[in-house]
Amino acid sequence: MNHRLTFYLGVLASILASAIGLVAIPNWQFRDLKPFMDDQGYEHPIAPFGARSVGRRVYTDLGCLYCHSQQVRAANFGADIDRGWGTRRSVARDYIFDNPPLMGTMRTGPDLANIGARQPSRQWHALHLYNPRITSPGSIMPSHGFLFRRTNVDGTPPVEAVLLPAKPGEAAAYIIPTERGEALIEYLKSLNHTYELPEAK
Amino acid sequence: MSVTATEINAAAPDPEGYVNERVDLLTRVQIDRSCRQTVVWYYASAVVWLLLGSVFAMLSSIKMHNPDFLANYEWLTFGRVRPVHLNLVGYGWSSMAAVGTLLWLQARLCKVRLPFRRVLPVTCVIWNLTVFAGMIAILAGYSQGIEWLEFPPQALGSFAFIFVILLATSLKMFAERKVKHTYVSQWYLFAAVIWFPILYSIAVVSMQLPSVTGAAKATINWWFGHNTLGLWVTPVAIATSYFMIPKVIGKPIHSYHISLLGFWSLALFYNWAGTHHLVGGPLPAWIITVGIVGSMMMLIPVTTLAINHHLTMIGSFHMLKTSPTLRFVVFGSMVYTLVSAQGCFEALRSISRVAHFTHYTVAHAHLGLYGFFSMIMFGAYYYILPRLTRNEWSSAPLIKVHFWTAAGGVILYFAALTWAGWYQGEMMNNANIPFIQTVEYTRPYLIARSVGGMLMSIAHICFAILVWRILRTKPVSQFHGPTLLANPQSEAGLAS
Repeated sequence: MNHRLTFYLGVLASILASAIGLVAIPNWQFRDLKPFMDDQGYEHPIAPFGARSVGRRVYTDLGCLYCHSQQVRAANFGADIDRGWGTRRSVARDYIFDNPPLMGTMRTGPDLANIGARQPSRQWHALHLYNPRITSPGSIMPSHGFLFRRTNVDGTPPVEAVLLPAKPGEAAAYIIPTERGEALIEYLKSLNHTYELPEAK
Repeated sequence: MSVTATEINAAAPDPEGYVNERVDLLTRVQIDRSCRQTVVWYYASAVVWLLLGSVFAMLSSIKMHNPDFLANYEWLTFGRVRPVHLNLVGYGWSSMAAVGTLLWLQARLCKVRLPFRRVLPVTCVIWNLTVFAGMIAILAGYSQGIEWLEFPPQALGSFAFIFVILLATSLKMFAERKVKHTYVSQWYLFAAVIWFPILYSIAVVSMQLPSVTGAAKATINWWFGHNTLGLWVTPVAIATSYFMIPKVIGKPIHSYHISLLGFWSLALFYNWAGTHHLVGGPLPAWIITVGIVGSMMMLIPVTTLAINHHLTMIGSFHMLKTSPTLRFVVFGSMVYTLVSAQGCFEALRSISRVAHFTHYTVAHAHLGLYGFFSMIMFGAYYYILPRLTRNEWSSAPLIKVHFWTAAGGVILYFAALTWAGWYQGEMMNNANIPFIQTVEYTRPYLIARSVGGMLMSIAHICFAILVWRILRTKPVSQFHGPTLLANPQSEAGLAS
């Protein structure tokens, strides 16, 4: 190769150019994004805290993102908003506290950007995670029984118990989420991007 | 096996051309011997990861239509076995097969013995430990939760060390090369060895930086994810087919000049293509548009490769019946043309609107990494391992079973998921159709995918048996020619 240096420089330049373009510049463009303060003085979005933040970690380590996205596409692009998955398109500002980002690339299951707004009930999430087919017949989501303790009803169930639907020939039973299960439910309930942002009108 | 020039002269004291040819052969034998330990270690490890990766593939696939299958074990839940599958076939099988192939190709193309023969096998051990640790980390719930970057960030330490050695090896061989001419394969191999460590370090470091915001991380994620395929495994496979096709059929490549265009256009455009994974996503339009433009421009390198690989083959297609290497490599390079052309158009907003978020993308990914890359790597094994072991493949019928189950499996896989994915997307974009119907519609196709996966797993078992046998049995004392899939004489008779 007579132009060995040209070759090396070309190879380096090609990747560094894209690193500047797709790593450095986007981050520079997003660096000043701050939560938006609405008329009542509330900030949107807010950083996950407490159980939500633990639950986000559970969501990540159980690999929920391989089947569920967390992004609402614009009204003219797909039917996300028509399906009630969101009130507006998602924008970069929605993700300023997201680390790692959980936008996802697959929708084997529905989008979860606003699942907390659609399903605010702890009981629904507990039953759905325990066995998705209880709440969503036909679902192919795996059961997450390992996030719960199942007990047969004997006397008055504790307050945190969620009763399983009665099955003929089976003793009545309830489930109690483990710490991780409870955190995951808290996180899912917190997924709510229905607030308004000026850039996503 | 050591033959000296005197022995050659004693055995054949004749024309100069003959002796030169023998010396040439001798050099090749010496180079192959120098590569033996390193390449065999990398190749054997890659096959183990391929088998294990197939186990996790089958687990994931079955879980998608039978969600209660092994659902009681947290470490075997779908969301963990699926990334384990990806990482084992990506960083275990594909990358290790790529390293073995690229070291051997570079040694042969530079006509020098492999240097650093003590430390290179150590890199193989470190690589295996890294993949193993990464697998355990994901199963135990320590995934980073970033597609293609699930391994804990400590993996960067191992890969940085390994790639410093690999880069030094490449540079040393190139500096001491005995051939003036630099063949096109070498550009791709060199570039791959430079590109991957840069990609990986920038991606891992920026994912760890708290100052990098969520949306930027998503962009970096797909800059890395797509480039791992485009700038690491793809160049190695292209280099392999550029080497194997002319070598096996005994004809030069169609056009040397056009290969230059192919290389530089790939370097220039592939780098920018990754953000098409975010079409419709919550990012500024320019980021997405750059990805779409980069993807579309990929038509240039893809066309040049198609011209060079397919036109070189014209007149030699009958050899696909006899040569295992050629059969796998040509299949792979034909699929490259198809899958890349598909990828260019898939990036368009109008196609992505339907295909994104569906099994259509999954089908495309497997056609690329399996139908193109893995098939070419299988071909490389069939060519390289006999030369390293001075042994022959034990069974031509088993190679045929390997080929047809692998090819049939990936075609079934691709067809089922492409069809299912497209309609899944069409239904998803119609708010009048309940979402659960998109799930129910795809289920039969997911079962078909498991059947395709089963075929590919059978292929891998055949392949592993063949590799095991060629490594374990004593070298054949007398060389009675390569293992061919059919008798070349009868084929020549048919052709003439």
